[in-house]
Amino acid sequence: MGLSPRPDANVVSIDPQSQESWVTTRLDFLVNWGRANSLWPMPFGTACCAIEFMASAASKFDLARFGMERMSFSPRQADVLICAGRVPFKLAPVIRRIWQQMPQPKWCISMGACASSGGMFDNYAVVQGIDTIIPVDVYVPGCPPRPEALIYGIMMLQKKIMAERMADKSLRNEMEPDPTSQLYIPPRLIDELSEPFGNSVHQTRSGL
Amino acid sequence: MSTPFLPVVAGHAEGAGAMIPVTPRNVPHHGGPENPAAAALRAQFAAAVHRVGVVWGGTTVIVERAQVNAIVRWLRDDPSQRYDYCSDVTAVEFRDMERAIEVVWHLRSLPFRRFLRLKALIPRGEALVVPSIWDIHKGVDWLERECYDMFGIRFEGHPDLRRILMWEQYKEGFPLRKDFPLRGRFSRSEQLRQALAQNPEAKYSMEELSIAEAFEDLPAEMQQRLSTGERVGE
Repeated sequence: MGLSPRPDANVVSIDPQSQESWVTTRLDFLVNWGRANSLWPMPFGTACCAIEFMASAASKFDLARFGMERMSFSPRQADVLICAGRVPFKLAPVIRRIWQQMPQPKWCISMGACASSGGMFDNYAVVQGIDTIIPVDVYVPGCPPRPEALIYGIMMLQKKIMAERMADKSLRNEMEPDPTSQLYIPPRLIDELSEPFGNSVHQTRSGL
Repeated sequence: MSTPFLPVVAGHAEGAGAMIPVTPRNVPHHGGPENPAAAALRAQFAAAVHRVGVVWGGTTVIVERAQVNAIVRWLRDDPSQRYDYCSDVTAVEFRDMERAIEVVWHLRSLPFRRFLRLKALIPRGEALVVPSIWDIHKGVDWLERECYDMFGIRFEGHPDLRRILMWEQYKEGFPLRKDFPLRGRFSRSEQLRQALAQNPEAKYSMEELSIAEAFEDLPAEMQQRLSTGERVGE
């Protein structure tokens, strides 16, 4: 498979001689606290999940409790891309460009079964999960997820943000897929892994 | 282009004795009263009308492929027909490989409150070409493009027959054809690679990006407003 994590991925080493004193860890906390509690979402709603997303933003569920009262309809001022709904192949370059336009730090929530995996739309037109195009931080399952589920996903993202460390420079690296990296899966292997099971292998029902 | 705009009142040509439309009851599956347009078409285009059928109260006229444009034009212009609205253009392919592909036009006569379905058959093995009716009903522009995109049927005379739902460089074929696999012909990674390679801004033709050429056709008052720099439609 060739799939093993980077050797330094989960190792937090604190060198007593380094500059990372308690002041910088407190600064980490302050920055993360500020970021986590003022996330500005960029809604990318393409289907029914967007209706649930609107419900989460409306008064009954009220995303503003988490500092998200400002929906950012411009990617330039957004922190978190919330992809709500299926993404057809025709929209694939669009969502990738939106993601590239968002300034760092940025996060992504994939909301619903279709955005996360293609869902029931296992056909010629729909991207099988937006993580084939852009990196995703939190997946929210459901078809569509209830607003509580989305809010739970956002709280998980906030937890993730609170755990970030400025000393870890790799968090903000934007990588194009690198064939020499250990995390790179070649297209041939992806096709092998995504080979469907059962009857759905032969989708031509006309007997041709 | 200078005809004044008149509100359309459905059924206004039926006269004072017209019945108030009600939901029909006890409609037979096959048979029943034909749409009067069918008899008129038989009288007018005897050679071009192949078959007439009534299914669930709706009349289907199967016509000669080459004559479609003339028939639709006559149906629109004849004062006793006045089919002034084409609500759908689509196609049907059957699993039975012997059966012809059907191209379907849904016509509606607003003045007479009538509905007529025209079909043209394209036998297997023949080129998928039918005449466009864009010169009669401008609204079929995108419908014919969609039909071309999904079935590969060429509408001869259409001014801008391009793909509309799939992107322009789509290479896998025509998705609604029966020989098209549900997941497409290429592998997932190849599909994604091709999709990401497209330029999302290269979808519009110059005609769509510019209304300069249509300026002469606009109403006078709108021309006046546009010439003063006002922006409309936003």
